Amino acid sequence: MTDVLDNTAVFTSDGLLAQGVVPEGAPLGPSSGKKNPLSAAEMRRLLTAADPRRKRTDLIMRALVIAAFVLAMAPLVSLLWTVISHGANRVFNRFPEFFHQSMRGVFGGMDAGGILHAIAGTVMITLFATLISVPIGMLTAIYLVEYGRGPLARATTFFVDVMTGIPSIVAGLFSFAVFSIVFGPGVRLGIAASAALSVLMIPVVVRSSEEMLRLVPNELREASYALGVSKWLTILKVVLRTSVAGLTTSVLLAIARVIGETAPIMITAGVADSLNWNPFSGRMMSLPVYIYRQYQMGVVPCRPDQVDCLADINFMRAWGAALTLVFIIMLLNALGRLVTRWFAPKLK
Amino acid sequence: MGQRIDVEHLNIYYGDFLAVQDVSMVIEPNSVTALIGPSGCGKSTFLRTLNRMHEVIPGARVEGLVEMDGVNLYDPDIDPVAVRRNIGMVFQRPNPFPTMSIRDNVLAGVKLNNKRISKGDADALVESSLAGANLWNEVKDRLDKPGSGLSGGQQQRLCIARAIAVRPQILLMDEPCSALDPISTLAIEDLIQELKNDYTIVIVTHNMQQAARVSDKTAFFNIAGTGKPGRLIEMNDTPTIFSTPAVKATEDYVSGRFG
Repeated sequence: MTDVLDNTAVFTSDGLLAQGVVPEGAPLGPSSGKKNPLSAAEMRRLLTAADPRRKRTDLIMRALVIAAFVLAMAPLVSLLWTVISHGANRVFNRFPEFFHQSMRGVFGGMDAGGILHAIAGTVMITLFATLISVPIGMLTAIYLVEYGRGPLARATTFFVDVMTGIPSIVAGLFSFAVFSIVFGPGVRLGIAASAALSVLMIPVVVRSSEEMLRLVPNELREASYALGVSKWLTILKVVLRTSVAGLTTSVLLAIARVIGETAPIMITAGVADSLNWNPFSGRMMSLPVYIYRQYQMGVVPCRPDQVDCLADINFMRAWGAALTLVFIIMLLNALGRLVTRWFAPKLK
Repeated sequence: MGQRIDVEHLNIYYGDFLAVQDVSMVIEPNSVTALIGPSGCGKSTFLRTLNRMHEVIPGARVEGLVEMDGVNLYDPDIDPVAVRRNIGMVFQRPNPFPTMSIRDNVLAGVKLNNKRISKGDADALVESSLAGANLWNEVKDRLDKPGSGLSGGQQQRLCIARAIAVRPQILLMDEPCSALDPISTLAIEDLIQELKNDYTIVIVTHNMQQAARVSDKTAFFNIAGTGKPGRLIEMNDTPTIFSTPAVKATEDYVSGRFG
C-alpha cells in the first residue's frame, strides 16, 4: 500500500511543479483550472481563422492534378478517335468479309482482302503464350509468397526483375535462335512466337500475381491451418480462391502487355498471307505484323483508267486491323472486369 | 470428451531468441484454463505451441515436452496437421473465409480437406456446430449468405462453430473477445461455459474480469524486461489467484497496479 501512496505523492508534486513553470498564455494542460471558458465569438474566430496560404496551395495543387489528368487523357482519347475514324470505314463497309477473308490471292489495289489469318495467328500465338506463362508465372509467385526464403527466393526475384526489362526484340531473337537449333535454321512457327511472348509475359505474371497473393490476409491462412488443413490445400483452396479476382486481372494485364508485340512475332512466326490455325506448323500472321506489312506496302500505283483499284487500300486495311486489335484488348479488359465481379468476396 | 495436456520444461524460440522460458503446467480435461499477463509476455506464443501453430512462423521452434494424454506432440512421427485437427483454435480477430457462405464456413474443415460428406450429414453437422456456438437461431434462415456479412460477435461465434465442426478434443482461444462489444463478449463467455462439457479449453485474455468469470484455473505469465524471455510465474485455481496469490507480481497484476 505504501507503494501506491508514494506514487501519488510524486505525481502531485510533479503537477504542482509543472504549474509553476508554464508561462502565461501558453496552451495549458488539465492541471490549470484558471483559464476562463472562451466566448462564442472567440471560439468562432478560432475555428474559422482562414489560412490564405493553405488555401492557395490547395488551389494550385488541385489545378495541377486536374491538368495532369487532362494531359494524360488527351493522347488516349485522340488515339482512340484516330483509330476509330480511320478504321471504321473498312471494318463496317466490308462487314463481315473483312473478318472472314485472308490476304490469299489479293494483290495490287484490289478492293478485297481481310484479316482472318491475322486474327487466327494473334489468337493462337497469344493463347499458347498464356498457356506457357500462366502456370510457370503463378507457381513462381506461389513459391515466392508461400515458400520462398533465403538465397533462392532472392535470386528468383532478382532474375524476374531483370526479365521484366528484356527488350521484346531480344526475346524474339532468343526464341528464334532456340527453335533454329532444334528444328533447323530459319524455321518459322507460331509456337516459336508464343515462346518469345512467354519470355515477356512470365515476369509480368510473377510480379502481379505475387502482389495479389501477398494481399491475402495471413489470418485466413492461419484459420485454415488451425482447422487441420495442409499447407498445399490451404494455398489451393483459401489463398488462390481468395485472390482469384486479382490473379485474373494480372493474367489479363500480362496478355495485354504482349498481344500488341510486333517485332518478336515477325522474327519467329514470319509473315503469311493465308490462314493457318496450327501454331506447330508453318508461318503465321498476326494483327500487329499485318498492320506493319500493310503500312509498309504503302500507296498502290493505280493507273487512272483502272476502276477497281484503290490507291490507299493498304492503309485502310491497316487501320481496320488496328481497330480490331484495340477492340480485342478492350474486350479482354471487359471480360476481366466481369470475372473480377463474379469471384470477388461478397458481403451481403 | 476433452483431453489432458501436460507441459514440461518448455522453452520456445524464434530463431536464437528465447521467447518463453521453462514453462511447466498441467491442463485438466474439461476445464477452462485462462492465461493472463502483460502484453509481450508470451501467452499467445505459448498457446500456439499447444497445437503447433507457432511453426507457421519461420524459425520458431521449441524444446521440452507438450503431451496430450501422454503423447508428445513434438515427437518426430507426429503430423502437425493432424495435431491441429484435434486441437482447434479461435483467433483474436474473427476471420471467417470471405469467399464462403455461412454454411461453407462451418463445413470448411471438411471441405478444405477434400473429404466427401453427404448432404444429410453436412446439414446435421452445420446445425449441430452452429447450435453449439449459440448461433443457429440467428443464421438458420440465411445459411447461404456470406459469413463476412455477420456482426463481429456473430462472426466470432461462426469461427467457434467452424472450429468445433472438425470435432477437436481441445479448443484454444487467443483473446477471442478483444474485438467484441460487451454483449457479444457475454454471449461468448456463456458459450465457453457450455463448451467446457465437451472440450478442454485454454483461453488467453487481457481482461481479468473475464478470466475470473470463465476459468477454473488461471496461469499468470510475466516478463522481466524487453528482450528477456517470458515465464510462467504462477498457476492455481482461479479464486486463489485472484484472492490470495502466492507471488507478489501476480497480486500487483490482478489488482491492476502493475509495474
